[in-house]
Amino acid sequence: MSADATFLGYPRPDGRVGVRNHVLVVPTVICSAVVAERIAAAIAPVGAALPHLAGCGQLGPDMNLTHETLAAYCGHPNVGAVIVVALGCEQVVAVSLADAARRAGKPVRIVAIQTEGGTVRATARGIEIAREFAKQIAEAERQPCPVSSLILSVKCGGSDYTSGLASNPAVGRVADRLADAGGAVVLGEIAEIMGAEHLLADRAASPETARHLLRVVSRVEAEAMALGLDIRGTQPSPGNIRGGLTTIEEKSLGATHKAGERTRLEAVVGYAAPITAKGLTVMDTPGLDVESVTGMVGGGAQAVIFTTGLGTPTGNPIAPVIKITGNARTAATMGDNTDLDVSGIVSETESLDAAADRLMAELITVCSGKETAAERLGHREFAIHRRNATI
Amino acid sequence: MNAALVISDRDNVATALDALDAGRELQLGGRTVLVAETIPRGHKIALCAIAAGDPIVKYGSPIGRASADIAAGTHVHTHNVASARGRGDLAASGPQ
Repeated sequence: MSADATFLGYPRPDGRVGVRNHVLVVPTVICSAVVAERIAAAIAPVGAALPHLAGCGQLGPDMNLTHETLAAYCGHPNVGAVIVVALGCEQVVAVSLADAARRAGKPVRIVAIQTEGGTVRATARGIEIAREFAKQIAEAERQPCPVSSLILSVKCGGSDYTSGLASNPAVGRVADRLADAGGAVVLGEIAEIMGAEHLLADRAASPETARHLLRVVSRVEAEAMALGLDIRGTQPSPGNIRGGLTTIEEKSLGATHKAGERTRLEAVVGYAAPITAKGLTVMDTPGLDVESVTGMVGGGAQAVIFTTGLGTPTGNPIAPVIKITGNARTAATMGDNTDLDVSGIVSETESLDAAADRLMAELITVCSGKETAAERLGHREFAIHRRNATI
Repeated sequence: MNAALVISDRDNVATALDALDAGRELQLGGRTVLVAETIPRGHKIALCAIAAGDPIVKYGSPIGRASADIAAGTHVHTHNVASARGRGDLAASGPQ
């Protein structure tokens, strides 16, 4: 792919480019989540709510992570306008979420349930604003935008033996090509780098970046070991083991193929932190699929390519998640969840390069507006990583 | 399509691309391997004898160590491979 390749996106006032144009309805706290979901549902599928379980009863880094993740979504390029739904007595500050949207040049309004006078009035007020915003952002038209404006999240879930042989290497080729064209790629799931960190560290742009990666992997391994248990209780998962994966090292070596074979590792960033480097960034996310995708999209990824061997439905409220499998049986049995079947790599009827060509074309088409299977099925999973238990 | 795939020259296991029945002879990684027991699709078969404690190598990198002697042509999985990573259970039971 050449550096002047384009897709049809939404250029935003802050210079970033969206591949979707949602009205985001953000509850500050679990207490306002139902109202937020009802407001978003009134303007489906343009409306996207972010129901979450936190926003109060949190301290320190855990509170900050919740706040920063929600703020990151308020400023995200796939969002055209924002409604913040507050309760009124919670810790997450509605005004600073609104400020994050405003700084990114988006229209934003706050609806507070205690101020409006209850669920019915707050929902009605929110729906009124949502309809205005939906009309307003519908005026934006897609325009040719350079692929260098894309940040692609690469993810795997429900892995089996085909993931490391077919789908992850195909995604890796797309990652290398996108990086060659000036774009960015983000890889999460630190636990699934364990056993393959030497390969990524060898590709680090600086010794400091390599050390940073190794430090983060060691911390996650130490956290797991502090429980006094074998990580094999969850990594690989029981399904991974049935699918033929024996150890976390084996799973990681297959999983890391997603991040390409040669693109340099430029940066290691915290959960949902802004991805600013071109080339490859590793984000400190857990292995749980939804928490991981939530973090990478928060960091600015506009689209996700998600490989699966056993099949999985995961989507995201604002970013398209493209599902690709190298398992022919899964492509057939979970056809409604599957966007691309690359099982020909395993049966030797398609080359890796040919599969990567198809995947690249699918990425450009999806970024230009084509619905993914997850979007079609209404999969909008969202979960913010927690650093501490609720107080 | 090959019945099993060897990813790197350094590997001592292959991945079965379909279920392999005992008694079948396969040409894998430049050697002849006699399948000693049923290998489920997607699971690994030993290309050579692997002594307990030796590394299991796939993708050219170690994926764990043999927790028992493994004969050529047999099933390589959780029953005879121990991971070296995230072993809080070992740390909790003291030095090995």
